Amino acid sequence: MSTGVPTGITSGFVSCEACGLLTKPVNVHEPGHCPRCGGKLELRRHNTIQRTWALIIAAAICYIPANVMPVMVTSTLTSVEEDTIISGAVLLYKYGSWHLALIVLIASVMIPLAKLAALAYLLITVQRNSIKDQRERTRLYRLVEFVGRWSMLDIFVVTFVVALIQLQPLMSVKPGLGSLFFASVVVLTMIAAETFDSRLIWDSSNCKEEQND
Amino acid sequence: MSSSFIEDIVACPGCDLLQRIPVLSPGGKARCPRCGHTMAANKPDSLERTLALTVAAAITLVVANTTPLMGISVVGRHVSTTILGGVLEMWLQGQEITALLVAFCAIVAPTVYIGLMLVILLAVRRSPAPSWAGFLMRMLDLSQPWGMAEVMMLGILVALIKIAEMATLVLGVGIFAVGALIILIAAMMASFDHNEVWTRIRWVDEESQKMIASAELADIEGIRP
Repeated sequence: MSTGVPTGITSGFVSCEACGLLTKPVNVHEPGHCPRCGGKLELRRHNTIQRTWALIIAAAICYIPANVMPVMVTSTLTSVEEDTIISGAVLLYKYGSWHLALIVLIASVMIPLAKLAALAYLLITVQRNSIKDQRERTRLYRLVEFVGRWSMLDIFVVTFVVALIQLQPLMSVKPGLGSLFFASVVVLTMIAAETFDSRLIWDSSNCKEEQND
Repeated sequence: MSSSFIEDIVACPGCDLLQRIPVLSPGGKARCPRCGHTMAANKPDSLERTLALTVAAAITLVVANTTPLMGISVVGRHVSTTILGGVLEMWLQGQEITALLVAFCAIVAPTVYIGLMLVILLAVRRSPAPSWAGFLMRMLDLSQPWGMAEVMMLGILVALIKIAEMATLVLGVGIFAVGALIILIAAMMASFDHNEVWTRIRWVDEESQKMIASAELADIEGIRP
């Protein structure tokens, strides 16, 4: 122990993630179930590092087709036009609503990318047992958790444009395959943020041998 | 298996620091001294207020899902859509998985969240509440991040701007209901006190509840008051 701060892991206590009850099980590594809510007790989320890595790698792969493939296909009498997320934002800019274009660009392009980078950074620093900037990293994690849902924005935009613009044969809008990949990125990064255990950020200041896996 | 546990000391869910929650004045908050996580908050009248907000949210939810959000008029044709209409069109146009996801985030998750909240709050009105309320609490926490009414609202607004270039828009009742729903759900979350609800729920393992021992307290030294 490098610091004398009492934590659950150093004192043999397991905290229930659902109801918050603190339990001292006979065997900390097989704590069983919470006597209050019946939920499964875990000292740290099971295989959290591997699972979070797997999820963000999958999300990073989906991120490419999500931005390259069209999310919306507009057909008129004379033409067929395919829009990716970025070209959709450019179109909004041309219509004169640059602030909405900016929101779409931030929510759809920047946030998923920033989320992937932030989670990768958190995982790497945890794996290297870094004890620097723990408070800031915890804040970063909370930001990632909070902001992730906003990336669904473009999916909702596509849904409602598609629902209304069905004026065959004059004009109709179909959703593109890009929307599926895009939705996958959002879901995968949201699950990745839920899978990561922020207590790992602080574990390196207790005892390096006690690290999760 | 015999476990021992203590009720007045908790480990921070963010960083695992053991600490004792002080008595809070109404409106007061306790934060983890190490990572800043909000450990507890004294929310006056939490159960009653949240119940009132939840009932209002349930009514608004029905209105938001049954009335048209918006419509357009082009060359004498009028088309309008509800939330479910958007999902249905997505499905019909060949993006079934995306359609299901939209349905989940826009309709299912908020409905489950509001429904569970209603049942939990009614169940804990008499203490101790049956232990299945604890199971519902776990489901409530799971459903919460997937309810995206506010994201949907912004999505509707962006869609409106895009469409306004092509056709005349007519706003429906639904869009105002969604706006009200966002505020009500946010207020529900703010006034809901997890800790208070958990203390009112009967334990799954009732034997353990009876033998709460504070003997373990002596084991840990240096815990902040």
